[in-house]
Amino acid sequence: MTTDTNPIAIAAITSVGAAGMPRHHFAIFAALFVFLIAAPFLLYPIFVMKVLCFALFACAFNLLLGYGGLLSFGHAAYFGMASYVSAHAAKVWGLTPELAIIAGTLVAAVLGLAIGSLAIRRHGIYFAMVTLAFAQMIYFFSLQAAFTGGEDGIQAVPRGHLFGLIDLRSSEVLYFFVLAIFFAGILLIYRIIHSPFGQVLKAIRENEPRAISLGYRVNRYKLAVFVLSATLAGVAGATKAIVFQLASLTDVYWTMSGEVVLMTLLGGMGTVFGPIVGAAVIVTMQNYLATFGDWVTIGQGIIFVVAVLLFREGIIGVLAKWIRKPL
Amino acid sequence: MFELLGIPPQVLFGQLLLGLINGSFYAVLSLGLAVIFGLLNIINFTHGAQYMLGAFGAWMLLNYLGVGYWWAVFIVPPIVGVTGIVLERVLIRRLYHLDHLYGLLLTFGLALIIVGFFRQFFGVSGLPYPPPPLLTGGHNLGFMYLPNSRAWVIVASLIVCLATWFIIEKTRLGAYLRAATENPVMVGAFGINVPLLVTLTYGFGVALAGFAGVLAAPIYAVNPNMGADLIIVVFAVVVIGGMGSILGSILTGFGLGLIEGLTRVFYPEGSAVVIFVIMALVLLVKPAGLFGRSV
Repeated sequence: MTTDTNPIAIAAITSVGAAGMPRHHFAIFAALFVFLIAAPFLLYPIFVMKVLCFALFACAFNLLLGYGGLLSFGHAAYFGMASYVSAHAAKVWGLTPELAIIAGTLVAAVLGLAIGSLAIRRHGIYFAMVTLAFAQMIYFFSLQAAFTGGEDGIQAVPRGHLFGLIDLRSSEVLYFFVLAIFFAGILLIYRIIHSPFGQVLKAIRENEPRAISLGYRVNRYKLAVFVLSATLAGVAGATKAIVFQLASLTDVYWTMSGEVVLMTLLGGMGTVFGPIVGAAVIVTMQNYLATFGDWVTIGQGIIFVVAVLLFREGIIGVLAKWIRKPL
Repeated sequence: MFELLGIPPQVLFGQLLLGLINGSFYAVLSLGLAVIFGLLNIINFTHGAQYMLGAFGAWMLLNYLGVGYWWAVFIVPPIVGVTGIVLERVLIRRLYHLDHLYGLLLTFGLALIIVGFFRQFFGVSGLPYPPPPLLTGGHNLGFMYLPNSRAWVIVASLIVCLATWFIIEKTRLGAYLRAATENPVMVGAFGINVPLLVTLTYGFGVALAGFAGVLAAPIYAVNPNMGADLIIVVFAVVVIGGMGSILGSILTGFGLGLIEGLTRVFYPEGSAVVIFVIMALVLLVKPAGLFGRSV
């Protein structure tokens, strides 16, 4: 999706620090790391883990929307299906948590490859409708298939022992496992965005015919970023199933696809840190408004409308404009 | 009584009839989406919510004002259309200069707000809407029993679809509309008020959704969530048919309803996903859609 202001363009003039990362990015990652190490002692660990899972989900989604320019309205399919497979692997097959997460992730990758190769045959809003429709198909499949438990979902998933050694039943121990996955995920996404592959993606996003005329096989790039995004969404979903010991229809329904779009839009599309902020805001709002029933849905709708009409750059996008540096 | 592949004809024709009814809703809703998309270039995600508004409009007229079904058929669609016109004038209009995807996001947000309010105030259990006396009976056609209410839905949606086709393809107003779809700047230069045309088109497309909602009220329970899942299937219908042609939308809608009905007879487990499978096949073979132009 093209935006009227492009914070990425400023990237060239910023100072570069360790490992080719601009210094202020390094500082933000470091501060985030320190904060998240301290977080479980200050906040409720399960809540922070929920934020981390959704933040990774939103970052994976942002890789596709913010950098690939492709609006998928069906990312719940990869998140939810990975969550089901991971829960099933941990509960029925008795796999250790890391293997269960890998199993869920692989299924999300294969699903992403299948749906992505069909969806990239259409552009723009058709792409959004196709991904939404396929995600709904996955939802109906989850509703009927035997292993998903239908309306009940898969409950009481054991957290198990990490590598068969470390007991994850304590939320504090589990937290650091989730934190490691989260950081590995967002650093990988950061690396992808700033690789030559990421530059080509941005070129395609800005002007697809020009990228084609320069000799890039645009469809391969689009499919690759689609599969990467689906896979990382799968990591988030699979981890979520272990954290909450639950995989349910909510994870695979279209409302979940809408939520991840909202998190990314609110935080700032095409920014590195925006989706994390967006996820934190939306999850916090859901927590505090949970007792008000449908007001959560109404609130999300209002945020959508306001964000689209008034600040399309998102929270971090606006901040990046103020400090004149890409975030 | 003869049997077809082990299926009694009552079952077969019964399911085909149900398929035709679903097809009627697909046709009217995808027609509305296509009309809106043609001129505004946005996918109206609020369409499902506006269909729900139509059903609630009929329910409210009956329960609050005592106005019956036959009046509702004529009163509710224009009212729903006017709510659409307000949305277009106040909100959607501001996004025309941006990427079309923002229109999708805005209408998605509007759908969440509308559905959320109705869920908050009317619950999700579904409200009954008694069919009017004229629609309660039925006719025995020899090979099957045809309830009046269902025959009416099919006939009414066919009439509305064909009337829409006639307006767009055969009248002067329709000619302006088609011209504005091709080149709005040029049409504006000829002295046609294109922004007004855009507003009215959105209102008309929304009124079609409201009309489908009124038709649905006596058949399905009136429920805030009734449009949400339906609209996603309609999106698939639109992808299969392509939005380039009015008759194409109508044919695809009814055709897919029939196919869904047949699937329910021969492979019931697949009936929920058959349209999505067809969408996958169409994307493989003819990505632009059966009646669509490329991209």
